[in-house]
Amino acid sequence: MARAEAPLAREAFDRSLLLVTPGALFMLLLFVYPFLYGLWLSFTPKTGGALANYAHFFTTDNLWPTIWTTLKLALPATLINVGLALPIAFKMRVKTPYQRIVTTVLVVPITLGTVLIAEGMLLYFGPKGWLAQFLQFFHLYDGAIRLTHNFTGVLISLVVSGFPFAFLLILSYITGIDPGLARAAATLGADPKAQFRHVYLPLLAPGLAMCFCLAFVQAFSVFPSAVLLGSPAGPTRVISIAAYEAAFEQYDYSLASAIAMIMGAVQLVIVVAVLGLRNLFYRGPVVGGKG
Amino acid sequence: MNANFSELKLDAVTRRFAGAHGAAFNALSELTMTIKRGEFIALLGPSGCGKSTALNCIAGLLPLSGGTIMLDDTRIDTLPPERRGFGMVFQNYALFPHMSVDRNVGFGLRMRGVSAAESAPRVAKALKMVQLTGQEHKLPGQLSGGQQQRVAIARAIVIEPPLILMDEPLSNLDAKLRIETRAEIRRIHTELGRATIYVTHDQDEALSLADRIVVMKDGVAQQIASPQDVYLQPSNLHVARFMGYRNVLELDVEGEEGDRVTLSGPGIRLVGTRKLPLSGKRACVAIRPEEAAIGDAGAFNAVAGEVINVEYGGRDSLVDVRTPAGAVLHVRSARPLRAGEMTHVQVPVERALVYPVT
Repeated sequence: MARAEAPLAREAFDRSLLLVTPGALFMLLLFVYPFLYGLWLSFTPKTGGALANYAHFFTTDNLWPTIWTTLKLALPATLINVGLALPIAFKMRVKTPYQRIVTTVLVVPITLGTVLIAEGMLLYFGPKGWLAQFLQFFHLYDGAIRLTHNFTGVLISLVVSGFPFAFLLILSYITGIDPGLARAAATLGADPKAQFRHVYLPLLAPGLAMCFCLAFVQAFSVFPSAVLLGSPAGPTRVISIAAYEAAFEQYDYSLASAIAMIMGAVQLVIVVAVLGLRNLFYRGPVVGGKG
Repeated sequence: MNANFSELKLDAVTRRFAGAHGAAFNALSELTMTIKRGEFIALLGPSGCGKSTALNCIAGLLPLSGGTIMLDDTRIDTLPPERRGFGMVFQNYALFPHMSVDRNVGFGLRMRGVSAAESAPRVAKALKMVQLTGQEHKLPGQLSGGQQQRVAIARAIVIEPPLILMDEPLSNLDAKLRIETRAEIRRIHTELGRATIYVTHDQDEALSLADRIVVMKDGVAQQIASPQDVYLQPSNLHVARFMGYRNVLELDVEGEEGDRVTLSGPGIRLVGTRKLPLSGKRACVAIRPEEAAIGDAGAFNAVAGEVINVEYGGRDSLVDVRTPAGAVLHVRSARPLRAGEMTHVQVPVERALVYPVT
């Protein structure tokens, strides 16, 4: 073992590192440089000192509340997605004849994209949409149906487009857990509920945290559906709309960059907090011994 | 469950699986036996013989397709595993990777609602029994394979189950550790005074550990008997083959006298002991290499042949002898022999077991 490793250790340069170059270049040109450029731009406002844009954002009444508006959409959407995906993925962890069908149906929205989903939802959930017609035809609900052009519409679209991601992620985490552990727990007196609580949940927790972060970041940057399905002037005026307006209606790229930086900072705070919580849990192989 | 039980009764326990083309096959067919408190039972057989299926049926991890399991007067085959309360040791240990050793061992007690104060000394006692005191706060991933196996045993015994089920618990350990842990398992079994059902494909393990051995093939129990009986008096040719009767020759039946049978073939004439009623003109004789001997010309019940291979094995050698008709006999012998020599293989009449052809 040690002798086999010796020549490797003496190698002056590991040439497989070269494989990293295309990716690193790509990141540098298309992410790091634009990001740093935007950061610099945000500190060079049209008028005022370096921090004028940030001061403007936090003192203007149609700007700073967009943080809360976005959080109020993104956090519930993320919780719903992770919360819905967990039990379904848990049920789908064992191979059954209909497992593949269900998984396929649940994942289809991924292929559609947000704009197509938004257009479809306008037809289906709209005041004269199929759902309204159906409910009114059978007199199941006779009041006005207002599921689009408001907060609810955007929330539904975030769930529709975000669920498949959460589901696929959690499914891959769950199927990685050795089912023998639950069997062992059963022989020790754990009923299915206790098996979930004491075996699956703690082993899934790090994965759930990761899934929450990805789903949250995706939901927080909501833009098309907030415009198409929401009321972009009022309750769904999310932070990305504010940035869009600054950039393409006021042509103030500097302010828009500052808003984008604030957006990134808010996401980072939430992600760091959740990943910090993740460290409280066991992280490591999720099998119970030698395979 | 009742730890002071007196017996576990399996009655025609059957488990069917759907086969590849929709045809059902019996992984376990009508296993019937009674296990008494204090007994150590080994389920022995090659892989795919149904021994693990039997164990999982008893544990409740597989539902039965037929039959009943009774613990004294309680029917238990309808209960889920968590209500049967048998301790089980899995082949891959199945330790909870996120729990320290003491939490793994204490899991069963926690599920039973035992308070932390009451469970701590019991966990300590179980860990002492498997000689793991001092490792309480390690995670399973920080332990060696042998230690993990002992944690798995401690976890199964701490709940003081009426029955301990072990599924090839030693197959992941190296040879030395296997023999040590084997002795350990027997000691723990005796100390607890409960019943143990132990699944293995290793005949040495079964012979050294068990009070009774169930030899299985194709889901059917072939013989349920003491290690001595299984070793010396296999009930049929399958069991004989599995228990190390490596020489099996199919020959013509010349005559029967009591349970003595005279068999013959090209260049061979042997007298053996009949184990099952014969039918037809042909029969098989099964001989263990260590029970045959290299004899001299003219010895009684001997077969002449040429030494074709000698495998040195320390105390003795495994000698392959080819008869003029081409059959190869394996014999253990301490005599110095060389390939190419002519010799005779001698077999005691009572150790040449005769079975009908299957």
